[in-house]
Amino acid sequence: MADPTAPGPAALRRGPLDHLSGALRAATVTGPRAVALTALPCRTTTALRAAPDGPVGARLAKVLGAPLPTRCGETARTDHGTALWLGPDEWLLVAEDAAPAPLTALDEALGDAPGQIVDVSAQRTVLELRGPAARDVLEKGCAPDLHPRAFPPGRAVTTAVGQVPLILWHSAADTYRLLPRSSFAEHLAHWLTDAMGEYGLPEVD
Amino acid sequence: MTDRPARLPHGGRIDRTTTLRFTLDGRELTGHPGDTVASALLAHGPTATAPSLHRGRPRGIVGAGVEDPGTLLRIEGPCAESMLPATTVELYDGLRATTLTGRGRLDPTPDPAVYDKKYVHTDVLVVGAGPAGLAAAAAAGRAGARVLLIEDRPDTGGALLATAPGDGPEAAALTWATATRAALDAEPEVRVLTRTCAFGAYDGNYVLALQRRTDHLGAAAPAGVSRQRLWHIRARQVVLATGAHERPLVFADNDRPGVMLAHAVRAYLHRYGVLPGRRAVVATTGDSAYATAADLVAAGCTVAAVADSRPELTATAREFHDGTGVPVLTGSAVTGTSGTDRLDGVTVRPLDAAGRPTGPGTALTCDLLAVSGGWSPVVHLHSQRRGALRWDADLAAFVPGAAVDGQHLAGAVRGTYDTAGCLAEGARAGALAASAAGCAATVPPPHRPQAPAPVRPLWLIPGDGDDPAAWDTHFVDLQRDVTVADLHRAAGTGMRGAEHIKRYTTLGTGHDQGRTSGVNALGVLATLQGADSPGALGTTTYRAPYTPVAFAALAGRETGALYDPVRRTALHQGHMARGAVFEDVGQWKRPHFYPRPGEDMDAAVARECRAAREGVAFMDASTLGKIEIRGADAGEFLNRVYTNGFKKLRPGLARYGVMCGEDGMIVDDGVTLRLADDRYFMTTTTGNAAAVLDRLEEWLQTEWPELDVTCTSVTEQWATVAVVGPRSRAVVARLAPALDIGREAFPFMAVRETVLASGVPARICRISFSGELAYEINVSAWYGQAVWDQVEAAGRPEGITPYGTEAMHVLRAEKGFLIVGQDTDGTVTPLDAGMDWVVSRHKDFIGKRSLSRPDTVRPDRHHLVALIPADRRTPLPEGTQIVDRGTPLTPQDGPVPMLGHITSGYRSPALGHPFALALLAGGRDRIGDQVVAVVGDTPVPVVVSSPVLYDPEGTRRDG
Repeated sequence: MADPTAPGPAALRRGPLDHLSGALRAATVTGPRAVALTALPCRTTTALRAAPDGPVGARLAKVLGAPLPTRCGETARTDHGTALWLGPDEWLLVAEDAAPAPLTALDEALGDAPGQIVDVSAQRTVLELRGPAARDVLEKGCAPDLHPRAFPPGRAVTTAVGQVPLILWHSAADTYRLLPRSSFAEHLAHWLTDAMGEYGLPEVD
Repeated sequence: MTDRPARLPHGGRIDRTTTLRFTLDGRELTGHPGDTVASALLAHGPTATAPSLHRGRPRGIVGAGVEDPGTLLRIEGPCAESMLPATTVELYDGLRATTLTGRGRLDPTPDPAVYDKKYVHTDVLVVGAGPAGLAAAAAAGRAGARVLLIEDRPDTGGALLATAPGDGPEAAALTWATATRAALDAEPEVRVLTRTCAFGAYDGNYVLALQRRTDHLGAAAPAGVSRQRLWHIRARQVVLATGAHERPLVFADNDRPGVMLAHAVRAYLHRYGVLPGRRAVVATTGDSAYATAADLVAAGCTVAAVADSRPELTATAREFHDGTGVPVLTGSAVTGTSGTDRLDGVTVRPLDAAGRPTGPGTALTCDLLAVSGGWSPVVHLHSQRRGALRWDADLAAFVPGAAVDGQHLAGAVRGTYDTAGCLAEGARAGALAASAAGCAATVPPPHRPQAPAPVRPLWLIPGDGDDPAAWDTHFVDLQRDVTVADLHRAAGTGMRGAEHIKRYTTLGTGHDQGRTSGVNALGVLATLQGADSPGALGTTTYRAPYTPVAFAALAGRETGALYDPVRRTALHQGHMARGAVFEDVGQWKRPHFYPRPGEDMDAAVARECRAAREGVAFMDASTLGKIEIRGADAGEFLNRVYTNGFKKLRPGLARYGVMCGEDGMIVDDGVTLRLADDRYFMTTTTGNAAAVLDRLEEWLQTEWPELDVTCTSVTEQWATVAVVGPRSRAVVARLAPALDIGREAFPFMAVRETVLASGVPARICRISFSGELAYEINVSAWYGQAVWDQVEAAGRPEGITPYGTEAMHVLRAEKGFLIVGQDTDGTVTPLDAGMDWVVSRHKDFIGKRSLSRPDTVRPDRHHLVALIPADRRTPLPEGTQIVDRGTPLTPQDGPVPMLGHITSGYRSPALGHPFALALLAGGRDRIGDQVVAVVGDTPVPVVVSSPVLYDPEGTRRDG
């Protein structure tokens, strides 16, 4: 049988926010409290479930070129994207592009051991919120502690922003990637752009 | 300015270079930045505000902050707001307000203002920015802690702001406070929020605070910036430095305009440069009011006398008397006032040892009476956390017992009223908090408190005669007009508990929640009952919010389009382009139907149904939940969670399954595909997707950890297009030319993987929710929109049409396919639903045992049946009740036993008449019988039928 998870023609791909690219650009705030929201659609994403220790973990690490993170909030750069820790036996491998993930190699590494390697590239989408005011925007609707002491770049947590469940990944300084289920992307973009508006206005305490 | 008799020529923390214009009750008035409405009003001279709530008595301004018991305003604006204390509303140019008598009125106009929220964490939260709070924040900040300091007023400094300038110790402290604030502002990890009131304290040092961001800016408030912000604060450690409120005194006619709290008078002098009277009397039970008396003298006010309840002159009193020459009447109290609409004099009488007036009174002329009945620490946030309170007889106050775990108390909230003590306690509390939060702090030793100055509290200054029932102008709660006579009546009924008396009299239930009246009421009751002190009666329970909070602020931005998240499928833009009318299915927006020009819903749905039955139609089925399940034990696992078997299902095939709860009731259903020996692909109902995954995880993690099974949600990985109808085969053949789509090669409930003509990989299943030949095409949602368009193009020769959820419902109901949650309600077993074929006799599954309980095998359980109106015309709406023939329809005519209700009702183009699915008592035994559906008030005879009305032989399934 053909593999339904193989990539298709790039020209036929759509991201859930493609129709809002103009609105996202228009919402960009410049100045000392700058913040911008961009959509990063169609990033190859793979769900991994496996026991992190023992031979399976080692085989998966070999395929990825880096060990999987083992603690809550940790992420690890690998040859095939960044692995985000979601649970003691659960990760999300997020690539920077739409190139196919090494699904076969990962499947072989898993072998007969309990676990799963599942292509979930379209399950979520990525929104990137960047700028000095990005944390302020998120703090309008995100309960965990986002202070860099508690949530420095390189960390990711499962949480909610504005009632939208998502993975929040502090990918670089002043840069946050939000990974909601694709169906929530438009609502989340609306929530974020609405929250961004005040940072282009005169500052009020 | 000379036309402002009460505004002093100098002083105050107001900007005299700017004049603000406002109107109050239609009067055009002026003030300055830094004023409140109350201070600007007082600056215009003696003014009464709105009369009292029940008695209609003239009233004036009593306090200078949230403790004021009554000067309430309605502020006009795009959406007027009521019940705002004039003592807390900052003046802005163009403000328009009216004074209220105890009750406001909601403005029905939609509020255009923005409200938002902020979620923050901090090492140390300091509540209150008086000397203690500032010292705490500075100490914690020095230790490197993240600090949040919040202050209800516009400025930090607390009581120091109401002190006289000059070179005394208070002025030095204020200089320190100003410098400390500046230093805190410069600290990157310290945030100071003013105009922010902590109103609720919850477990785990979770504190809610409301920030008033733009009201004080008036017309200059930038549009798009939230007017108020609700702060959700999670703090490792909390320092409460919330201060204390002064209490008034309870005597005859103590509510006359011109009677003010002594400390408030001082605040008006020094914060606002307003002298609230020209000739004053000060009545006190302790030392603190002498500062007010001295400042009044210094400001040019004649102080006729100080009436001090204490029998001896204290050092403070003597120093005042020696310095000013103002007579101090020891062992005395004000027993009454005179005046028409405002104060023009008081009577002072000596008291005996029991506190009863003795001997003749002295009448003193005055237009201001500054009263101090003692101080009540602001223990609200401590008490909200169930922190204990104890009565301190030396201070005559309820003070906190031990601090709540993770909290610290500093300053007046613990009864420490001297500035040096507040600073020392604050510095220690801040260091302790930072240390407990994990920072390296140097903790100073405990402060050795000064012995407090003696006080002689007067809970009830008796009036004429001996009968408290006559003392009906001794006001205890000015906002609720509750007097000593009212409390006497309450006590006379036999009530003892403060909570009972509060509810009986409404004392403390006003806007101010008894800030000035609560302890006094206990004092009055104690006096009436012959108890020693208010401590004998206990205190009422403090609950959030400390100050009123608007619902709009609690809602924040979660209104309108942002009220609840909206979920859209990958095909949403295409549905919009095709004119879909959407319906909400949980959080999803699903196309309900696609009306063509001139079509109403019924016409569109009928057309869509006909297309699916007679030609070909397609729909977006992407919202169904999808779960990938892998493991050596996946088959065994599914055997346990579904009522029917999945272990023996061959790879490449699909099967419909039903899940029950432990109680045997249907909780979900759907088709599950077997992709490989160790891989299944489960679908769930749209609304239960998350709940089913949770359920699978729960059983795997808690009951069957030995099974090798893992689950991953892939609901949104796949976009699903259902292609339905006798001509669907031709459409799919064109779309997927590589697929052998013959009747035998691709049978019903088979799964095939292929690459579409467009190059998009796809998984195609022969699944039917309509009884017609049908395919479900699953592709990565990246390609969902493209494939939807391709299906439409491929189906154009066949006249393909999109259809929505309403047509889907009609088609499935005609076949008797139930929808979990619509035709079931948590009380329906698979057997009730007539699905005994889906219940395995050969294996165990969740809920199996419950299916043989006596109640689940009762013959008269509600069964799922179809109903057809006998006249074949009357539609049968959902929710319609069903009764037996001959049953009276109103209780007056006899009992109305209910046999069941309609769960789904539609018009059927295929059948040519309306029909319904219903849950009917003993329904399967009534097939062929007539019962009555009560549609509105009309009894409609209906015939009971098997639920499969359309193509019961299943001839259409394979095209």
